[in-house]
Amino acid sequence: MLKGRVFKLGDDISTDHIIPGRFFHLRSNVPELARHTLEDVAPNLVLDVKQGDFIVAGRNFGLGSSREHAPLVIKTVGIGAVLVESVARIFFRNAINIGLPVLICDTENIDAEDELIIDMAKGTIEDVTKGFHLEFNKFPGVMIEILGEGGLLPYIKKHGDFVVSV
Amino acid sequence: MAKTLAEKILSENSGTDARAGEIVVARVGLAFAQDGTGPLTVRQFEAGGFTHLSNPERTILFLDHAAPSPKRELSNDHVLLRSFAREKGAVLSDIGDGVCHQIVAESFAIPGQVVVGADSHTVTGGAVGAFATGMGSTDIAIAMALGKTWLLVPETVKIIIEGSFVKGVYAKDLILHLIGELDADGATYDALEFSGSTVRQMNMSERFTIANMAVETGAKVGLFASDGVTREYLDACGRGEEYCPLQPDEGAVYKRCIKIDAGSLAPTISKPHTVDNTAPVTDLIGTKIDQVFIGTCTNGRLDDLAIVAGILKDNKRHPDTRLIVAPASKGVFQDAMDEGYIQVLVRAGAAIMPPGCAACVGVHQGVLADGETCLSTANRNFKGRMGNPNSFIYLGSPATAAVSAIKGEITDPRDFL
Ligand code: SF4
Repeated sequence: MLKGRVFKLGDDISTDHIIPGRFFHLRSNVPELARHTLEDVAPNLVLDVKQGDFIVAGRNFGLGSSREHAPLVIKTVGIGAVLVESVARIFFRNAINIGLPVLICDTENIDAEDELIIDMAKGTIEDVTKGFHLEFNKFPGVMIEILGEGGLLPYIKKHGDFVVSV
Repeated sequence: MAKTLAEKILSENSGTDARAGEIVVARVGLAFAQDGTGPLTVRQFEAGGFTHLSNPERTILFLDHAAPSPKRELSNDHVLLRSFAREKGAVLSDIGDGVCHQIVAESFAIPGQVVVGADSHTVTGGAVGAFATGMGSTDIAIAMALGKTWLLVPETVKIIIEGSFVKGVYAKDLILHLIGELDADGATYDALEFSGSTVRQMNMSERFTIANMAVETGAKVGLFASDGVTREYLDACGRGEEYCPLQPDEGAVYKRCIKIDAGSLAPTISKPHTVDNTAPVTDLIGTKIDQVFIGTCTNGRLDDLAIVAGILKDNKRHPDTRLIVAPASKGVFQDAMDEGYIQVLVRAGAAIMPPGCAACVGVHQGVLADGETCLSTANRNFKGRMGNPNSFIYLGSPATAAVSAIKGEITDPRDFL
């Protein structure tokens, strides 16, 4: 069960929004880099976020570069999951690889400051503030297993290989 | 059953009969990272307890995004990558060698192979018929260690291009137009497969420009058949023996087909702050430009510099417009000197950067001031991309960039040619 409060963002939040290139030199210092998370679009996020809060956004979240630092800084500041209408491919893969759930669902009626409870096993989201339920899309099996182990490294350490039933 | 290019390559490299929608574990033919993603790749490789690369000669570390390093933190990252490459026997491409995707194109990408890179524009390699796709650092660390990766076999959108470009219209205009039509998420998770008579006649430079920007539609890969043009290119790069022909099967199943009449296209511009925010150049004539940037993995090749030098010969940049040019690789730089293009550019007032990413991603060599406007031949114009969220980036072809540098404002190249 994940529980937290919502930071709401719009459509097309790119990896350049999440962590701009001008902080390129801080990539080997993730705690310092994370202080600039989403600085140009939601400057209050880093100041107000509490462990376990959620980012809720619209279409095509995480478009742009392959920088794994994008999901990494989001996770580092304490975000427990990202809920989106749709997500760019590389960001999705990176987020799962570092153990940050990205849930694809209808985010339109979720607003800033709403309290959510997410049941990862059941695939449901409850908006406690507004009193409605949502379901999120199923992931490909291999992604569920990677997320279940907490990310790709722990998954590979456990299995020694990709164990995909083909 | 008949297969798309993506299904063919993934079947071959996974030893299965791969169909769109299935998950495969595929053999990786080439894995690479650059100086922005490489340090985390190295750390994840080590955190995973790995000591050996699966295929050192086909593992590359590129120092191109911050090249030469403008900051001590990045200098330290470079040391980390150099020593990793030395210890593990990987290939090192040091500062000044050029942009990763251009070097992969010239020296490493092989038709029919799976290429994975910790950089989203890895899709550039699709131009030679490689299943080339970008991933993050951890995925690449595992690919370097195990020599394989998992992939969802994508559905394919077929792009059929017929007709000839009018003067002043180029492959860059075509791909910008397509992105505007599809939107930035119009092909998310899909493969794009480029075909048609226009594509068959395109040279490799044009194919690279198009494949490079496939990711701006959300696509996983932008594939071209491997044909006689591919063979000539590989021959010219001194690796003709790596050529193999590759075509999609007759009757393969496509998610959808999009037809483009190349003859109907106009010079096209992406306006700030998204790539799919496109307009014909005629809508933007007269927009004042503070800086023109010509280069990158999209348009920093010899053919691009030839077009630019052709326009700038006997001309000068506008006194209020800076002109920055970065050849995509050392090979491009040398050829451009041999052809006399660099001399022409310098005489026209250009500042020539070392081969590499230069001003593209806001690290160095051309960061914009507050309120400034840049016309760039790169592939992205997101807010803050060139180092300042209070600046404005327009994307266009090398020809549009060159004529606009002369006029100091967005200009239609058709008026010059
Ligand atoms: S030139 Fe630009 S788009 Fe290409 S790899 Fe470098 S930073 Fe990325």
